[in-house]
Amino acid sequence: MMQDLVVHAAYVGYALTVLLLFGTILTWVERKQAAVMADRIGANRAYIRLPYTEIRLIWIGLFHGLADGLKMMLKEDFKPASYDRFAYAAAPWVVFVPVLLVFGVVPFGGAFRPGELFDFWPAVAQWFGDREYQLQIARLDAGLLVVFAFGGITVIGAMLAGWSSANKFSMLGALRAGSQMISYELVMGLTVLGLILIYGSVDLVEIVRQQSGLLLGFLPAWGIFLQPFAAVLFITAAMAENRRAPFDLPEAESELIAGYFTEYSAMKMGLFMFAEFIEIAVIAALFTTLFLGGSNLPYMHDGGFSLPGGVEIALSHGTVVLIQLVVFLAKVLLISSFQILVRWTLPRFRYDQLLRFAWKFLFPICLANLVVTAVALWLLGGMK
Amino acid sequence: MKRSTVERRVRRSYWNEPTMAAWERVYLLEVVRGLSITGGVFLRNMWKWCTGRKGAVTAYYPEEMRADYAQGNRGRHVLTQRPDGSPQCVACNMCATVCPAKVIEIEATYDPRDPAHPKSPARFEIDYSRCVFCGLCVEACPEDAIRMVKDVPGFPGRDRWTMWSGKEQLLNWQPARDVAKPYPPVPAITSAATAGSTEVTRP
Repeated sequence: MMQDLVVHAAYVGYALTVLLLFGTILTWVERKQAAVMADRIGANRAYIRLPYTEIRLIWIGLFHGLADGLKMMLKEDFKPASYDRFAYAAAPWVVFVPVLLVFGVVPFGGAFRPGELFDFWPAVAQWFGDREYQLQIARLDAGLLVVFAFGGITVIGAMLAGWSSANKFSMLGALRAGSQMISYELVMGLTVLGLILIYGSVDLVEIVRQQSGLLLGFLPAWGIFLQPFAAVLFITAAMAENRRAPFDLPEAESELIAGYFTEYSAMKMGLFMFAEFIEIAVIAALFTTLFLGGSNLPYMHDGGFSLPGGVEIALSHGTVVLIQLVVFLAKVLLISSFQILVRWTLPRFRYDQLLRFAWKFLFPICLANLVVTAVALWLLGGMK
Repeated sequence: MKRSTVERRVRRSYWNEPTMAAWERVYLLEVVRGLSITGGVFLRNMWKWCTGRKGAVTAYYPEEMRADYAQGNRGRHVLTQRPDGSPQCVACNMCATVCPAKVIEIEATYDPRDPAHPKSPARFEIDYSRCVFCGLCVEACPEDAIRMVKDVPGFPGRDRWTMWSGKEQLLNWQPARDVAKPYPPVPAITSAATAGSTEVTRP
C-alpha cells in the first residue's frame, strides 16, 4: 500500500513538473518558432547577470518566459466593480485546474517495475517486490470519458469570467466561447468514437497497448494510420477547444479587446494564458496517446527492439522506461510545435464561418467517418 | 392595422468579388498548402541556424552594422593611423575651423623626436550631441586623418556629457568595416574586387 503511495506521488510530481515546464517552454517555443517562420530572430534580449560579474546569460532568449512570469506576479491586480466577486476570482482556476486534471489519465510511458529498476539497491528492490505499475497517475476504466468530462469544465470557467466581469466585451467573448466550445466538443467526441469502435475500450492504457503492434507487417499500428480522417478532425477540434488562432474568436483582439478575460490583470490573466499554453501540451499528449501510439516506438517492445531484418536488441528495464518517457515527451513537443505552426499560419475565421465549419463541414465528415468505420468493422467481422 | 413592409435585402455584387475555385472552396487542401509554405520557411531557416549561419534578415542592431546603409552614408568619425599605430592627425585644426557646429576640440602636443610629424593631437574630441554629420571635416583634412564610416555612432544616453567621443574611441577603427576607403590605401581595382567579400556584416 505504502509502495503504491510512493510511486503515485512520484507520478504526480513528474506530471506537474512536465506540465508546468511545458507551459513555460512553449511560450519560448511560440516566440522563437513564429520568429523563424517569419525570417526574424525572436526575443533574445532578456538576460540574467551573474552577481558581481559582467557575465550575462542570455541562453537564446529563454529568460523571457521568466521575465513574463515576474511581470505577471508583480503587476497591480486590478478588480472591476463587479457584483459577483466570487465568480470573478474563481474563473481563472476553473479554467486552469481541469487542464491539469486531464493529464491525470494520460499514460506517459509503458509498464514500470520498480523492483527491477532498483536491483542495484536490494533493500528498495525487496520493498517493492514484483509489483508492476503503469506510468499513469490514475488508471480509470472510463479514461477517455474522464478526459471529455474535465475538458468540458473549461467552458464554464470562460463563461464565468465573461459574466462576472461586468463588461460587454467580456460578455460577448464568453458567449462566443460557449457556443464555439460546445460545438467543437461534439465534433471531438464523435471523432474519438471511431477509435473506441476499433479498440473496443475507453481505457487509455488499453488503447496505447493495442497500438504497439504492426499493421500489414511494416506500419506501426498507430491510430493515425487506422483513422487518418479522425486524426485530422480531432486535432482541428482540439485546437478550437483551446481557443487559439485560427479559432481565437472568444478573445479576438481586434474585435473584443481580449474577450472574456478583458477585465483580468496580473496573475489572474497570467493563469488564463498559462492554462492556454499547458492545454497545448495536454492536447498534444492526448493526440499522441490516441493517434501516435503513446510511448510506443515502432519495432520496440518491453524487452528491447526487434527490427524487421530479424535483428534483436535487448535492453534493460530501466533503459526501456527511460526511452518510453523520452519518446512520449518528444511526440508531445512535436505536436505542440505543429499547433504553433497552425496558429501562425492561418488567419482567423469570421464567427459565422466558424460555426458553419463545425456544424456543416466537420460534423457530417465525422458522422461519415464513423459510419464507414462501423461498416468496415462489421464487414471484417470479428477482427476485433 | 398598418402592415409594415419588409424590404427584401438583395446582396449587391461588387467588381472585386473574390472568386474561388473548387480547389480553394474545400479549404482543407489550401490549409495544407499554407502549412507547407510556412513549414518550409521554418525548416529552411532552422537549417541555416543549425549549420551556423544566420536564418533571419534582422540585424542585431547595436552590435551589428545594418546592411542597408547607403555606400556614401556619413556616420561615425574615425581617426586613421600610421602603420606604427600613432594617429595620422597633425593637429592643424582645419577640421575644427571648418566645422559648422563647432563640435571638434583638439589639443596639440609636440614631439621633437619625430622630425617628420612633430605635432600630434593630445586630445581629439567630438561632441556627437551637436554634430550635424555634414562631412566637411573629412573634406578639409589635408592628411586624410579623419574619415566617416557608414555606421552611426551608438551614443544613446541620458545626458549630453555621455555623447562625447575621445581620441581612443575614434582611433579604434576596423578597416574591414569601411570598404570604400581601405587603409593602407590600395589601388582602386583591387579595392573594387575585394569589396564584395569584405562588405559582409560582422558575424
